[in-house]
Amino acid sequence: MRDISTSINKVDNDEKTSGKAIYVADIKLDNMLYAFTVRSKIAKGKIIKIDYPELPLGYYIVDYKDIPGKNIVKVIFDDMPIFTEGDITYLYEPIALLIGPDKAVLSKLFAEVKIEYKEEEPVFAWKDSVIHYHFDKGLGKSALEEGKIIEYVYQTGYQEQAYIEPQGFIGYLETDKTTLIGSIQCPYYVKNAVIQALGAKDDEVRVIQAAVGGAFGGKEEFPSLMACQLAVALKKIKQPIQLVYEREEDMLVTTKRHPSRINFKASIKDNKINGLSVHVGIDGGATIGLSGVVLSRALIACTGAYAIDNLDVSGDVYKTNTVPNGAFRGFGAPQMFFAIEMFVEHIAMELGLDPLEFSKSILAKQGDYTSTMGVFRDPVLMPEMIEKALEVSDYNNKKTMFKKQQNLKGVGMSLFFHGCGFTGSGEKNIIKAKVRLKKQFDKVEILIAAVDMGQGVKTTFRKLVAHILEIDIDKVIFNNPDTDFVPDSGPTVASRTMMIVGGLVARATKEVKDRWNEGSFVVEKQYEQPDYIKYDESNFKGDAYPAYSWGVNVVEVEVDRFTYQVKVNKTWAFYDIGKAIDERIVIGQADGGLAQGLAYGYLEVMNHDKGKIMQKNMTDYIIPTAMDMCSMETYLYENPYAYGPYGAKGVGELSLIGGAPAVAKAIENAIGKKVFKIPVTPEYIMELMKNGKD
Amino acid sequence: MAKIKFTLNNEVVEIDKDLNMRLLDVLRNDFNLTGPKEGCGEGECGACAVLLNHEIVNSCCTPLANVMDKEIITIEGFSITERYRIIKEAFAKTGGVQCGFCTPGMIIATESLLNKNPHPNDFEIKIGLSGNLCRCTGYNLIIEAVKEAAKAGEGLW
Ligand code: FES
Ligand code: FES
Repeated sequence: MRDISTSINKVDNDEKTSGKAIYVADIKLDNMLYAFTVRSKIAKGKIIKIDYPELPLGYYIVDYKDIPGKNIVKVIFDDMPIFTEGDITYLYEPIALLIGPDKAVLSKLFAEVKIEYKEEEPVFAWKDSVIHYHFDKGLGKSALEEGKIIEYVYQTGYQEQAYIEPQGFIGYLETDKTTLIGSIQCPYYVKNAVIQALGAKDDEVRVIQAAVGGAFGGKEEFPSLMACQLAVALKKIKQPIQLVYEREEDMLVTTKRHPSRINFKASIKDNKINGLSVHVGIDGGATIGLSGVVLSRALIACTGAYAIDNLDVSGDVYKTNTVPNGAFRGFGAPQMFFAIEMFVEHIAMELGLDPLEFSKSILAKQGDYTSTMGVFRDPVLMPEMIEKALEVSDYNNKKTMFKKQQNLKGVGMSLFFHGCGFTGSGEKNIIKAKVRLKKQFDKVEILIAAVDMGQGVKTTFRKLVAHILEIDIDKVIFNNPDTDFVPDSGPTVASRTMMIVGGLVARATKEVKDRWNEGSFVVEKQYEQPDYIKYDESNFKGDAYPAYSWGVNVVEVEVDRFTYQVKVNKTWAFYDIGKAIDERIVIGQADGGLAQGLAYGYLEVMNHDKGKIMQKNMTDYIIPTAMDMCSMETYLYENPYAYGPYGAKGVGELSLIGGAPAVAKAIENAIGKKVFKIPVTPEYIMELMKNGKD
Repeated sequence: MAKIKFTLNNEVVEIDKDLNMRLLDVLRNDFNLTGPKEGCGEGECGACAVLLNHEIVNSCCTPLANVMDKEIITIEGFSITERYRIIKEAFAKTGGVQCGFCTPGMIIATESLLNKNPHPNDFEIKIGLSGNLCRCTGYNLIIEAVKEAAKAGEGLW
């Protein structure tokens, strides 16, 4: 039999290339109405009075007074109202939906809505901490009392997911059932949020996934807000309604990657890091939502790919009157890996050591303790991956040569990992994933809530089941999840889908195989945590993740001597993801993730002015085009994880994490100045050329 | 409102409409052709691309008036051709499709490019695709797909 990694054509290619795949905005229902969102025009204050224009017949306003259940969007930390009841905490906070059959009429009505506010002074400074975490390892802070002390501060900016398909839902009622079709990552997050908003029973809400035009975390929690609003409107109006954002609205109001400020302090003894103290501040925006979980992931990653015995780790989520920030591929790790990779490089430079040799001397190995005193249980292939990276990219040679040359060329290398799956005991205590397989005659249907948002779930899961059963892939069925039919296998996030859900599906498939001759039957499996995984959430102690995927990126850049524009010339990427369930799919994801990571490091600029996001479309917010991209070489390493199907670990987020530090280090090499923040824009390079540190 | 006639996917059509309307809306709403997608609505992403007299245009920025007596081919019309078959097989073979939202536009861009330049080099391919944004793939496998299509479809363009 062929190795499972051997690539096959994706099962949904034809519907996508021919334009037949149905995304939310492609769905039309009889008597369908459109919804526009009425939003605040101030960042902080109270609504005194709203004057709505007189509504023609068939037009409606829906606001908090129409909510039958709780006016809160159920996320992880529940503090976001569905519609504000008068308090405004950020610019463009949703107030109501304006709904009707004709978009032109809606636009006119929309312009006539008059709102009077009592404005208050908004807070944009990072001072109002709403979550604070702290943990130690080994000697903690006291390790910083001796040795040479080195301190630096690193900053990262916003990043917008910029999926090409904006957010959207369409909804209708089937007798008592509220049905929502959406561009979503997490059907059950949406369902549970809507149940709470409507005060409905479990069987009164149904959520169906449409084709999803990219998500990258952006469609993890934000869709629950839209779904609750739409569900409330459906209950009131009882007619199908479409709520689809235009690009500008999507850019201005949806969640983004948390900007961060990371302070590092290290004590050095015998050219080793004896102790490390780190504080991470992230801007949560106006609501907490997922920010605490994002912060945890960042904190846990504070040692980077290295083993450091003594740690003093703390962090805060700051509340500001800005658009709420949320999930984005990498989830706190990209911020931290940028910072720690730069810091380790800068420490080596200060000690007069070769940065790569220094990094190699402190690399984490199998059996070493993680930042939370968990253990890296599986083999760590980093030394072998680094050797290969040096060889194929000619890194050392280039690094020395570029330093000497007049033209501003540079090369940089990043070392990183990603903890696979939810942080801590999330899988065991909160998600409790369940999967179901239905065997009927010679066919098997996969019933899970995992969403194919481009990463190829439909193909890889069918392939997985077919491969285990040794049957044709056409005999395996996988439809887009519909909560009326699939059990809750958890959200499509955290690089957990293949490792956790796929692991369960593989177990269920083995049972189907054993019982193959029994005719038609159903097999269900529920997640069981491997025994050795023990984690104490409140003290950050134990194994925060069951497994780790690892990566090395090398990036070569050229900085224009006059404009300081950065051009990425070539990348080399090395990933240990356990086992690829389909090599070509993994390579495609790896390319896309690295492109996003590189752009996070030098290209994608987003900021706010008094709470207003300044980049409102794809002209202002620059993501890479084909012209910006270079050739990318990817090497995959096999290192099977015992509980993943065929040994697979997490793939989705890993490839985003190393891009920013690698490109930032390459720019350092090119310009001979230290880089402390991303994105490294031409303006920042100019500043560094004038006043930067060598 | 005014009557306007044009060729749409090889059929002559006539419609009575405000000529300032965006071609994209007319295609999607009046002709139910939802292959062209709206990604940005302002000419930046190329998800809405169609062929106008066999050149790529963004239908979100094309007023209906501009297509008077012209020929429009959308992905739906193009997908019955031999050239399409070659291109889609190339995309499948290289792995150029992820979420698929940019894909119809990318296929149209590929056709427009190969129609003018059947043997593009890497740089020409990048220029040819530069009006189409893709957030999933990092473009490399799409560029490979264009090369593959040019090779497999030798003589077709
Ligand atoms: S929708 Fe037309 S270019 Fe983006
Ligand atoms: S495949 Fe998703 S945007 Fe291109």
